[in-house]
Amino acid sequence: MAWFKKTKDIKADKKVKIPEGLWVKCDSCREIIYRKEIDRNLKICPKCNYHFRISARERIKLLVDEGSFVEMDAGLSSDDPLDFRDKISYRDRMEENRVRSGLDEAALYGEATIEGHPVIVVIMDFSFMGGSMGSVVGEKVVRAAEAGIETRRPLITVASSGGARMQEGMFSLMQMARVSAAIGRLTDNGILYLSVLADPTFGGVTASFAMLGDIIIAEPRSLIGFAGPRVIEQTIKQQLPEDFQRAEFLLERGFIDTIVDRKDLKKTVSRIIELLA
Amino acid sequence: MRYYLEFEKPIEELELKIEELRRISDGKDINLSSEVKKLEKKVKDLRTEIFSKLTPWQKTLLARHPDRPYTLDYIPLITEEFVELHGDRRYADDKAVVGGLASMGGNPVVIIGHQKGRGTKERIRRNFGQPHPEGYRKALRLMQLAEKFKRPVITFIDTPGAYPGLGAEERGQAEAIAVNLMEMSRLRVPIISVVIGEGGSGGALALSVGDRLYMLENAVYSVISPEGCAAILLRKEGDLSPEDFSKAADALRLTAGDLLGFRIIDDIIPEPTGGAHRSIEQTAKSISDKILEALEELRPKAPGKLVEERYKRLKRIGSFLGE
Repeated sequence: MAWFKKTKDIKADKKVKIPEGLWVKCDSCREIIYRKEIDRNLKICPKCNYHFRISARERIKLLVDEGSFVEMDAGLSSDDPLDFRDKISYRDRMEENRVRSGLDEAALYGEATIEGHPVIVVIMDFSFMGGSMGSVVGEKVVRAAEAGIETRRPLITVASSGGARMQEGMFSLMQMARVSAAIGRLTDNGILYLSVLADPTFGGVTASFAMLGDIIIAEPRSLIGFAGPRVIEQTIKQQLPEDFQRAEFLLERGFIDTIVDRKDLKKTVSRIIELLA
Repeated sequence: MRYYLEFEKPIEELELKIEELRRISDGKDINLSSEVKKLEKKVKDLRTEIFSKLTPWQKTLLARHPDRPYTLDYIPLITEEFVELHGDRRYADDKAVVGGLASMGGNPVVIIGHQKGRGTKERIRRNFGQPHPEGYRKALRLMQLAEKFKRPVITFIDTPGAYPGLGAEERGQAEAIAVNLMEMSRLRVPIISVVIGEGGSGGALALSVGDRLYMLENAVYSVISPEGCAAILLRKEGDLSPEDFSKAADALRLTAGDLLGFRIIDDIIPEPTGGAHRSIEQTAKSISDKILEALEELRPKAPGKLVEERYKRLKRIGSFLGE
């Protein structure tokens, strides 16, 4: 088998001119695939089963009953406490991201039903500033957890994030503590918390609410970790194993409960709710 | 030999001169004491001047100063008794996190802290103060021991951050940090944390969720190191200059003053002019006074009330617009 893999890599290294938008290179196996084929297939690579990143809106369509999602506190926006600027100011960067992603922040939350079961869901979207967690994402997770306690509905989060948002400095770091404390309260109140990890989940999001689920489900081949692979490679000065930080790697080491295909996610979540909540 | 940072060079020059004059006059007839006195006054003024207006980057360097006191330097000075305990009972004993039972001003407490090493060998043994998952799990084990016997927990924060290594990922450092954050938020005994040097991101936070969070005057606490921040912002690697780091340190607002202003920390513990290492006894006394004061405040609170107030403290840390 190793020989076949090698030829694949060589093929991928060759620079291929791809017409914009028509063809997509898989992030995982690097095969070139017809975009429509991926779209038809719930944005899953037909060659390696890698689950492409999808937007929060697409995720909602896949996960909850049609028309059942009611967004809560959509209007929250960051106040730029550090007055942060690099090449451009943080405020301008957020505006840029709003326009580009069509979202106000990197997460949205609300109530919904999954096969009839009432739930509270938090969905992250990587396309808004890399899904980073600042004050607003933190606040939404806290409010979602509190809503779960108040309404006695299970909380479901779908993570996809590069980690804490640098532009809000210590406010971002403290969100890790805030959301973890809120999740602790769910446990105190006997409310089910189910965490779904989508590609990629890293840093302060993994090291807070994402890893605290009563049940943790990951999508196939998604990258999940604390430190990014490049940072680790620089530190240990050696190449990382092929499946390092993939969902399958985490399953093998006992850190997640199961890996579920996107097309089966709704059904699986519903079944767990039936059995636990 | 004393170690001087770049911005301390003018101080070094004067201090060397003083030493030399002392050596010359020692055992000889020439009396240079008035000269020495004059220079001593000068160096004192200079030090006050330089240290009264340190930049965030200079504070970062001071927080990492090789002579800066570490957790195990303070413990004998602030406790009457200390019994060190080891291991996470799962995998290993992480040398980058130390902890044990102690008595502070007659109060039985559990002390936990990051530990950096001094000298190459010891630094490596302590992994430069960067914990593996075992470090967080060891800390949590000691906290739960404290809870069982109703002992307050004191933590000292001093780490560049979690160790970005293969084994650390493999053994679930994200999970270990997350569990600490959650469990500390609901531990039923008081938790008092002091950032004594570097507060490096998640590795620091995993030991500092509690009822009181203090910082030494020249300590820093940040979501990312100025070097890491600069590398991301400027999108270049390898050829970053101290000016880039300095800019990043400014932008991150990582000093004790900034964080007190944001109400993320509760108070600043003063250091002697020139930094904590200039008089470790004096610094230890200030730390000890602050901790004992906080213990007095927290002791009367019932566990339920303590946990409720801790949650409220955490809840107010955020900065957003909207309802």
